[in-house]
Order: sequence, then C-alpha cells, then structure tokens
Amino acid sequence: MWDYTDKVMDHFKNPRNVGTIPNADGTGQVGSLVCGDALKLTIKVNKETEVIEDAKFETFGCASAIASSSMLTEMIKGKTLEEASKITNQDIADALGTLPAEKMHCSVMGMEALEAAVKSYRQGGKPVTFEQEEEKIVCHCFNVSEETIIKAIRANHLTTVEDVTHFTKAGGGCGRCKGEIQKILDKVNACQITTPKAEEKDFSKMTMVEKIRRIEKVLEEEVRPKLNMDGGSVELVDLEGTLVKVRLLGMCSGCMGAAGTIKNLVEKALKEQVDPSLTVEHI
Amino acid sequence: MKTVYLDNNATTQCAQEVIDAMLPYFGEKYGNASSMHTFGGSNRKAIDIARQQVADLIGAEYADEIIFTSCASESDNTAIFSAVRTQPKKKHIITSAVEHPAIMEPFKYLESQGYRVDFIGVDEKGNFDMDRFKQVLDEDTALVSVMWANSETGTIFPIEEIARLSKQKGALFHTDAVQAVGKIPVQVGNTDIDMLSLSAHKFHGPKGVGALYVRRGTRFMPYLMGGHQEKHRRAGTENVPYIVGLGVAAVLAQTRLQDGTMKRVAALRDALEKGLTSAIADTKINGNPAARVPNTTNISFGYIEGESILMFLNDYGICASSGSACTSGSLEPSHVLRAMGVPFQFAHGSIRFSLSDQTTQEDIDLVLKVMPGIVEKLRKISPFSRLAA
Repeated sequence: MWDYTDKVMDHFKNPRNVGTIPNADGTGQVGSLVCGDALKLTIKVNKETEVIEDAKFETFGCASAIASSSMLTEMIKGKTLEEASKITNQDIADALGTLPAEKMHCSVMGMEALEAAVKSYRQGGKPVTFEQEEEKIVCHCFNVSEETIIKAIRANHLTTVEDVTHFTKAGGGCGRCKGEIQKILDKVNACQITTPKAEEKDFSKMTMVEKIRRIEKVLEEEVRPKLNMDGGSVELVDLEGTLVKVRLLGMCSGCMGAAGTIKNLVEKALKEQVDPSLTVEHI
Repeated sequence: MKTVYLDNNATTQCAQEVIDAMLPYFGEKYGNASSMHTFGGSNRKAIDIARQQVADLIGAEYADEIIFTSCASESDNTAIFSAVRTQPKKKHIITSAVEHPAIMEPFKYLESQGYRVDFIGVDEKGNFDMDRFKQVLDEDTALVSVMWANSETGTIFPIEEIARLSKQKGALFHTDAVQAVGKIPVQVGNTDIDMLSLSAHKFHGPKGVGALYVRRGTRFMPYLMGGHQEKHRRAGTENVPYIVGLGVAAVLAQTRLQDGTMKRVAALRDALEKGLTSAIADTKINGNPAARVPNTTNISFGYIEGESILMFLNDYGICASSGSACTSGSLEPSHVLRAMGVPFQFAHGSIRFSLSDQTTQEDIDLVLKVMPGIVEKLRKISPFSRLAA
C-alpha cells in the first residue's frame, strides 16, 4: 500500500487535461510499454509571447505517474517556455505534496516529457521522443543514460544506488549496472565526500611483526565477523613474502565453498585493505 | 462499505472456530508445553492433537513427520539448508523459475557459495519444463524443490512425477505447497515427497505458524538450534495457541475439500473470469486453466497498468493484487509472468483475483459491474489506447 497524498489521489482519480491537442505546437514523448510507464505531452504555444496556452497528456502507468502528468500540465499552463523549462521533478513532487521515494521516477518522467515537448516546438512541432541515443546508456533494462543519472544525483542530492534506482529506475532491473551507478555516485559526490584516509606505511617497508599485525587486524575486523555468521572462522598460519597462509575453521573447514571464501572474502579483503600484491592460500 | 476480499492467495480471514480454539491458550492455559507439571505439560496434548490434524490433512503416515514452524518461509529455509548440509558432497540443486522468494533467495545464496543451481523454466501457460528437468537432474543433485501450485497464476505442477524422478537419482525432494494445501487434495503418503512446507494463514488459520513435513528416515538437520522441542528438529518454545489454530484450520480445510465447497469456489472463479474476458477487449488469462487451483485467476488487461486498476477497485472495497512492477516497489513486473514470456504490455496490467469459500455471487457481480468502467477510464488516459481500439 503506497502512502499517497490527497493531492496525488485527486490528480489520479480526476486527471486534468487528458488527451492530445490537435495540431499541437510541441509533442514530447517519454517511456514505453516495456518500461511500464509512458507519457505523451502536447502543448499549444503562443508564437509571440512563447506562453504555453494549453497542455494535454496521455499516460500509461501507475497512480503516481498519472498524477505527476496531470500536475505537470497544470503547472506549465500560462507559463512561458523559459519559465516552464525551469520546472524540476522535485517541483512536480512538491506540488503533489510528496511522492513515495520509489515513485520519484514518475516525476522525472514528467520533466523529461516537457523537455522533449519544448524541443519539439523549437524544431517546428515535429514530435520528439525523449531519448538518450547519443549518450552513454548505463542501465540497459530501462534505457537510462549516464546524464540522466548525474542530473538526478545533483538535483536531489542522492547518495546511494538505491536512491538512484528510485529516481531514475536505473539498476532496478537485472542490477548488473549497480557497480557503474556507484562509480557515477562516487564521481559526482567526490567533491562533497572527503574522508581522508589515515597515512599508512607501505606494506613492503613494514617489519614482519607489523605485517602480521596489519593482516590480523583486517582478518579480525572484516573477515571473521562474516565467517562467524555461518558458524566459521579463519586463522593466520604463516606469511611468506606476499603469500598469506590461512586455515579455515568451524563450519568453514571442509565447506564446499571454501575455495570461493578464500578468494572472494579473505583475499579480497587483504588485497583491498593491506596490499594489492597479497595472495592467500588455504592450508 | 463492505470489503470484497479477492486476495486470498495473499492471506485469508482467520476462521471463527480457529479463533475460539486459540483463545484459551492466550489466557488461562498459558503453560509451557515442555514443563514437568501438569499445568504446562497438559498443553503437550493439545499440540499432539494439532500435529495429527495437520498430518491427516496432507496424508502423512505418522504425526511425528510434522514439525511446527513460525511460517512457510522458515519451513522452506529449513528444508533447503537441511538438504544441503546433510549431503555435503553433492553440489547441485534444482528449483523452478517461478518460486516464492523464500525458495528463490536461499537458492541464489547457495549459488553464490559455489553450488550449481538450475532454475527450471515454464512454458507460456506456466507449465513446468519436464524435459529440461530430466536433462539437468543427475547423481550430484542434492535437492529438488518445486512448488506444488503457483501463487500468482494458480498453475499446478506434476509434483508426484517430479518427486519420483528426483528419488530415482537419489536427490531429496521438497515442495512448497503453501498455495495448494486446503485448495486441492495434497497427499504425501504414497509419493516420493521427502519434505513439504505449508502455512496456516493461507487456509483460514492464523498468521505466524506453519509446518514442515519431513518423511521418516529423511536425513535432517535443524535450522534453529537450541532446545529439544519438536524432537530436536526445531528449537523454541512451542507456540501453543497458534499450533492449536493451525490444527483446527486443517480440519476445516479437509471438510471443504470433501463437501464440494471448493467446487463452488471454482464455479464462482470461472464466472468471474468468463464475465471479465467477454465484457472487456484485449484481455489475456495467465496460467493453465486445465491445471489450476480452484480459487485463482490471473487476468491481464492490455495497455493499462495494474496499480492504477487496483486503486480504482479499492474505491469499491474490492481487494485484489497485481503482478505489475509498480505495486511491489520493484521496477520489473512479476518474475512469474516474465518466466512465462507474457508480453510487457500485458504483464504490467495483470490482476490476480484469488477467491475463498467466503466469496459470494454478490462479490463476483460487483467486480463484473465495475471493472469495464475502470478499464475504459484508464485506457482513455493511456497513449496506447488507440492500439487497443
């Protein structure tokens, strides 16, 4: 059950400006049947003043998609193209009270349809489909471009992949692009998030005791808690140069996933947090 | 406004007989069934009766083959992890592509731990791909877990046959029978089923209690370790009121299977399905009408979106559910419909109506009365409506 505001329910149940304007001055389309939501926006524009005199929509989608479309048409009527172009997805959501986080992409769709409709007007009225052909597509399930993701991150101060999925749908399908979305997030938010890492001594310059302490620390803090959850553990047996020898304990010993555990958990943690040259061997 | 509840695959109303039977165990009979004193220990008898009642419902030979759990998800997890932990040398497991998340997620987890996993697909009607199953089943297969009936479409799988084939190769066989128990006769007695999960709240019992059937002689390892309850197979103080409730619900369900009630439910379901598909253009029935539980129909309304339909139905007090992406908070439509290859324009607009013995002709009449208008209204808003016209 979604927690929709009365405004959302009102615009869903009694959508304003449904339909298409015949001989529209601008037609913007976004989405498809495959995506699960689609919006077609037509506008009538006064050529001299560039005021949007009328706007109509047709939407395939959920209650919030229909409400966002309806609200969008109400918001842009009477505005000049320049004023209308400044409307963000957040403005649409605000006008509706609020939208559930998972539904923010519905308001983004409104913003994109408007962008396409304005472009269509500028190009003489030929319908324009909001697309990202020339751009780099990050999420292939929902055809979401890097630019769309970056815009959404900046405009809405997003910090997690989950946020990006709620706002743009990217990453909501097979999930394969989640790593890439994280990279984009890191890139965009890099200037804001600065947690300087404590200076650490180069591994190759440590004494044997320091090396062992360092490895033991990572095993204790990062690795063992995860193994403990499955009733297992790991002990450090020996260190020869960059070869770390360990023994799996408890449920992990004799576990058929042992090789994977060594590679994906123990070695990964040591490579990332001690030194990339390290390899781990199970004895 | 009267609630027209057509979402019985999600949960059912707890029967009054069940509530009445449970109440004393919240009040004066609060003793611990494991206690030495008569006050607590007498509750042991109530649990034993319930165990026999559940065993009778599914045709288990011995009452001690029934282990009470907190829900079917726990039963499923217990069965899966028991099967792999007791057969550490086998590294292959099989399930279907249309299971409940309580099966899917443990299987995906085991896949990440190095298991070979096969998710057997289904055809466009949701039928199990038996040929593919036979191809992948081998001596290395530790477990085959396949649901008895699908929650979204109601399609029934040939469980006895799948269990027989599994046994031949030495694999353990488990079935998530949550959507079958109480709706169709489920009898484990003369089959090769080793384990079976069921949930009380799907057949008018309380939420928060389920059971796992484990055939005598089946290798087993508990999921919850601790006390000696359930013969060391499931630790935790026995939830006496809920277990008693499950027992009574099992008796009621058995009666309904025998007195023709489920046939009446099937007739109502068929009337609803026929009425909707004949009154509204561009609809599609998802599932296999020839092999389906009697209470379920899943209908796609082309070119419109499921959540929107549900919100309008809600105005009339009608409760149903949808395989649409928008209703779940996930972005992709139901994995069941996608596994069946249902086209996107139909998957997004799918509605599941699941009836029960409490459903009346008036309920069906109301849906038939309001649905055409709802679909028409939404298709008017949809940019794809001209395609439909």
